[in-house]
Amino acid sequence: MTVATSVSPPKAGLHYRVSSVMGAEWIKMRSVRSTIWTLTAMTVITLGIAIIAGAVIPAQWHTFPASQRATFDPTSISLRGLLFGQLVIGVLGVMVMSAEYGTGTIRATLAAIPNRPLIVAAKAAVFAMVAAVAGQVLSFGAFFIAQALLSSPARHASLGQPGVLRAVVGSGLIIPVLGLFALGLATIIRYTAGAITAYVGTLLVLPITLDALPSSFSHPILNCLPLQIGDTMASVVSSPGSDWTLSPWAGFGVLCLYALAALVIGAWLMVRRDA
Amino acid sequence: MIEVNGITKRYQDKTAVDDLSFEIRPGQVTGFLGPNGSGKSTTMRMIMGPDAPDGGSVQINGRRYRDIPLPLSEVGALLEAKAIHPGRSAFNHLWFLARSNDIPRSRVTEVLRLAGLEDVAKKRAGKFSLGMGQRLGIAAALLGDPGVLLFDEPVNGLDPEGILWVRNLLKSLAAEGRTVFVSSHLMSEMALTADQLVVIGRGRLIAAGSMDDFIGKSPGQFIRVRSPRAGDLNELIVQHGGHVTEEPDGALAVTGLPASTIGELSGRSGIFLHELSPQAASLEEAFMELTRDSVEYHGSAGPAQLVTAASAITSSQEGRN
Repeated sequence: MTVATSVSPPKAGLHYRVSSVMGAEWIKMRSVRSTIWTLTAMTVITLGIAIIAGAVIPAQWHTFPASQRATFDPTSISLRGLLFGQLVIGVLGVMVMSAEYGTGTIRATLAAIPNRPLIVAAKAAVFAMVAAVAGQVLSFGAFFIAQALLSSPARHASLGQPGVLRAVVGSGLIIPVLGLFALGLATIIRYTAGAITAYVGTLLVLPITLDALPSSFSHPILNCLPLQIGDTMASVVSSPGSDWTLSPWAGFGVLCLYALAALVIGAWLMVRRDA
Repeated sequence: MIEVNGITKRYQDKTAVDDLSFEIRPGQVTGFLGPNGSGKSTTMRMIMGPDAPDGGSVQINGRRYRDIPLPLSEVGALLEAKAIHPGRSAFNHLWFLARSNDIPRSRVTEVLRLAGLEDVAKKRAGKFSLGMGQRLGIAAALLGDPGVLLFDEPVNGLDPEGILWVRNLLKSLAAEGRTVFVSSHLMSEMALTADQLVVIGRGRLIAAGSMDDFIGKSPGQFIRVRSPRAGDLNELIVQHGGHVTEEPDGALAVTGLPASTIGELSGRSGIFLHELSPQAASLEEAFMELTRDSVEYHGSAGPAQLVTAASAITSSQEGRN
């Protein structure tokens, strides 16, 4: 039996490269069905909500009270489905990392690439690219579909109006950032169920819980949570009575800090812990 | 070449590996033996890097694992069977590993064929049997054509044909000048495969040396003698300083006299012999004897006995080195 054509000589000077590690992460990501399924589910539901909004609102316009008609924000409405996108991209971000631990693949990964922060960085970079593309496809897709369907008497928006392009691009950009936050949480927690719980807790449960508390206490916190930041980003018409909220890009910066912090803590723990 | 220098691993109150040192040299198959829970897998994980020792160090070809520039082309390992994403195909599992270390795609096909997995290469690994998972793990270890190979229980779950395949593979890898380190709790399997042995119990080194030393120096060597006049022969042997134990089927187990002497004694007395066979203790027996004290999980409580063979073997090792 021949095992190899020859015992290869030591490959002097050769070192694993960042591009190769990213290439490997890309193979991992595209070779499991969960990636395809989550991205498909995310697309169908986000665009589906835009279709429903665009179809239902003109028909129901006559039932809207005057105040609601005055503050009607066709951009924000069209991007509402991206909340579901935020949820699903988080699940995908978690799975990309937690599946390594859940299946034991992490040991094979670490045998090939012992540099742990590099693994986290490469995984995050590849995932962020996929999520960024998905985010823009969804936000522009949802926007155009809803605007095409929104007809008189309801108003519709166009990209040339002030703040609209920012709302569409920004809402799409939030998708990869929240996905990276989830990936970071999964690197810290390492278990799929735990990481998804932490992510959904931050994204949805915490805002609902805080809302029951006095607003002087809860609003400053709510304004720094992803739900409010996403809402501000998607809004063109500011809703009346909102006390201080972070500007769209300041809020986006806060989300970036969350993602960065989760990834850095995760990578630091990964170096310290046994796999 | 793998050098393990005084590694220790503690989990809360339990010391899994305790100041363990040994060397694995190239060109031979080195078996790694120990009862369940003795720290074999922990040791292998500390060699490969996923687990860090609390003390001591491991060097592979003179450097730490994490300092190897292109790890898969220097070290290949099967640490656990089926540590594969169940949704990923065998091909893609190997392909991402290859890609990370700049190993050509053609090598993936090559090791799949070598492991007999080419027909299921595109099948999702979740549908694999344990044996197929082992084959995939072995294929992954061979991916970078490395000079150092570690296999943790590679024959687990394999059918007889698979076991034979692994046995021949390990031998041929060693014959090509590679360092081959393979753990097992199947002593009989090691007897057929390994040239060298490292035996541990409760995380400590019990013995290290060549397989021949291991079997030869262990207690329990005897000569089996069968004769129609077993009773007479028994007396004769005892008179000449031998020691006889009667086996249940009437054969005599003789110690203290060489086979030649027994043959001559019986010939001079006109006693026919139907069997005169020196019995080497099986590796299984030698191993049981060695690890009796350090077995973590006894099937039933038995009187602990002093480990005599351990000191015999380690001292002979010290004498040689």
